[in-house]
Amino acid sequence: MKERINKCSDWLLERFPISDLWNEHMAHYYAPKNFNIWYFFGSLALLVLVNQFITGILLTMNYKPDAKLAFDSVEYIMRDVNWGWLVRYMHSTGASAFFIVVYLHMFRGLVYGSFKQPRELIWIFGMLIFVCLMAEAFMGYLLPWGQMSYWGAQVIISLFSAIPVVGDELSLWVRGDYVVSDATLNRFFAFHVIAVPLVLLILVFLHIVALHEVGSNNPDGIEIKENLSWKGTPLDGIPFHPYYTVKDIVGVGVFMFFFATVIFYMPEMGGYFLEHANFIPADPLKTPEHIAPVWYFTPFYAILRAVPDKFAGVIAMGGAIVVLFMLPWLDRSPVKSIRYRGGIFKKAVLLFVIAFIGLGYLGTQPATPGATMVARVLTAVYFGFFLLMPLYTRWEKTKPVPERLTEQRTLEDRIPDLMAVIDEVVSVEKSPGMLGADNVKRRPNYAGIKTVLIRFAKNLKKSLD
Amino acid sequence: MKKVLYTLLFLLPFSVSASSGVKLESADIDLSDSASLERGAQHYVTYCLGCHSAKHIRYKRIAIDLKLDETEILKNVAPLGAGIYDQMHSAMNGHDAEKWFGTTPPDLSLIARSRGADWLYTYLKGFYSDPGKPTGVNNAVFQDVAMPNVFWQKQGTQEAVTKNVDGHDVISELKLVEPGQLSPQEFDKMINDLVNFLVYVGEPVQLERQQMGKYVLFFILMFIVLGYLLKKEYWKDVH
Repeated sequence: MKERINKCSDWLLERFPISDLWNEHMAHYYAPKNFNIWYFFGSLALLVLVNQFITGILLTMNYKPDAKLAFDSVEYIMRDVNWGWLVRYMHSTGASAFFIVVYLHMFRGLVYGSFKQPRELIWIFGMLIFVCLMAEAFMGYLLPWGQMSYWGAQVIISLFSAIPVVGDELSLWVRGDYVVSDATLNRFFAFHVIAVPLVLLILVFLHIVALHEVGSNNPDGIEIKENLSWKGTPLDGIPFHPYYTVKDIVGVGVFMFFFATVIFYMPEMGGYFLEHANFIPADPLKTPEHIAPVWYFTPFYAILRAVPDKFAGVIAMGGAIVVLFMLPWLDRSPVKSIRYRGGIFKKAVLLFVIAFIGLGYLGTQPATPGATMVARVLTAVYFGFFLLMPLYTRWEKTKPVPERLTEQRTLEDRIPDLMAVIDEVVSVEKSPGMLGADNVKRRPNYAGIKTVLIRFAKNLKKSLD
Repeated sequence: MKKVLYTLLFLLPFSVSASSGVKLESADIDLSDSASLERGAQHYVTYCLGCHSAKHIRYKRIAIDLKLDETEILKNVAPLGAGIYDQMHSAMNGHDAEKWFGTTPPDLSLIARSRGADWLYTYLKGFYSDPGKPTGVNNAVFQDVAMPNVFWQKQGTQEAVTKNVDGHDVISELKLVEPGQLSPQEFDKMINDLVNFLVYVGEPVQLERQQMGKYVLFFILMFIVLGYLLKKEYWKDVH
């Protein structure tokens, strides 16, 4: 029996390089051993992609891409299909989770210089994935055929009409009708379930192949391939499998904990993951009072609204994404990781994060004149971060980069520190209580809180130098 | 088209809801209170179903979720002639509704999810007499709504007390000028039951979902613990 199995596997291995593939990408793929929490989001993005594929396939079994039936079919899934509510919430929460994970993944690349030479192509593939993901999310959002689905699509598609000369014809061509209608819904369905996912899958494949060709970056921004052992393997590297597969399982668990909390206790996430107005069926004759895209588009939407001229606004919104593609060539610093970069870059990143989150918030709010002014300032900061990068990264005073990976304190190492801080901010009073036990009263210790805050501010300032 | 877009992008966000002047009262939602939900379902059939369908829910589903007997729900809740597998359809057709009210009354299956429980609670209690309107009433939460006050016998008549803010008359409170069949407390309870039912109808599975959640989270927590121990074991030799 055993011999037969061996013969079968030999037959297969002679014809298909399973063991080579496994070794190249898992068992003999050496990854730096100092990955920190930021390095979970790549594998989590893959997990969410699989989640979207599986739940998406299940949803199409009962969803009807027809303007007359779409809204009701979603409610049918929510109520009459066994576990349909769970599948739908997994898909809708998964869409938001995808963007959270991908934004964090991109931020990781930004601060540790993972986009820099020799990983420019990985960054480009990643950005293409991001653009595909936005298209996927935008078209998927039309499918429930609620008011926000409808009017959001109406607003975004008519952006094409801002293009001079061909604009109106172009938006008509995209919609397939003069307004968003059944024709639009059908083509968006086709793109959402077939075309874009296929492209997405190919791009993810290319992203990973390109990554495994040059090897992963790490929080120190040091090339581990420059220090090899006598066996020819990186001294600071460990095989991806089993070390990072078991580590990523913990990340998957923690992610699932948050994911399940949202699904089971707050699937609408206060109107951010599922907008309230989207529980009203699409009505071409009733414009909602306030049209806001889902949260993950709001930074770009805020940039669009911040520019007074419509066509210029569309250019700015597109430019906000295009400029990300150029990041590898905008950054002139010789150092990759933020740990060894100059203060000016750290401050620029901080400003950029504030601008991005600020724009994201403003995009959900009505555009009052005051909010528009703030959005303009933040838009300037957003573009300033990228367009001034060739200048300020050349001026920055970098710190010496070590030869080998550095030891960083782990989460467990920090627990005693955390306990010490808690002791500092809490004052404990003991008084004798019943049965020989002490009554313990805990009160906030204001003097302690003050010193902790001052120390925190000082550390923050120091970390920005 | 360009004009439409311009309006959407730049003008609409400025016009924040004009009806948001009234402070919303909070409804006391308890989906585990089957008695309240059953009373709410009865009120819905009596006062709402004449015009508003709730087509995404079936009597059978209500019976299952509220643990009611099928014959019981047909006798106590459903309108005469309805079957257990029927959806909550309204008897009024859209064409007539359009003629009588100028608009088709919306289906209320998801109204609690789009408007929220507090809005519904305040809205249903927010009718006041306004002789200028065809229905004789207006609403403090939803100005110039086409809906009449279907609870006027129960609630009595309210009048609006206005005050002048920046040159506009704004409703500051509603005063009961003619008492109805129910005391204000009884009426509040009735509306609360109705809103409770609408919240249930908005997502019938939500109670089950929340009850299920703790088991799922516990399972995932165990998974994290095991995964972490496995990771520690494997990483022992990494220095």
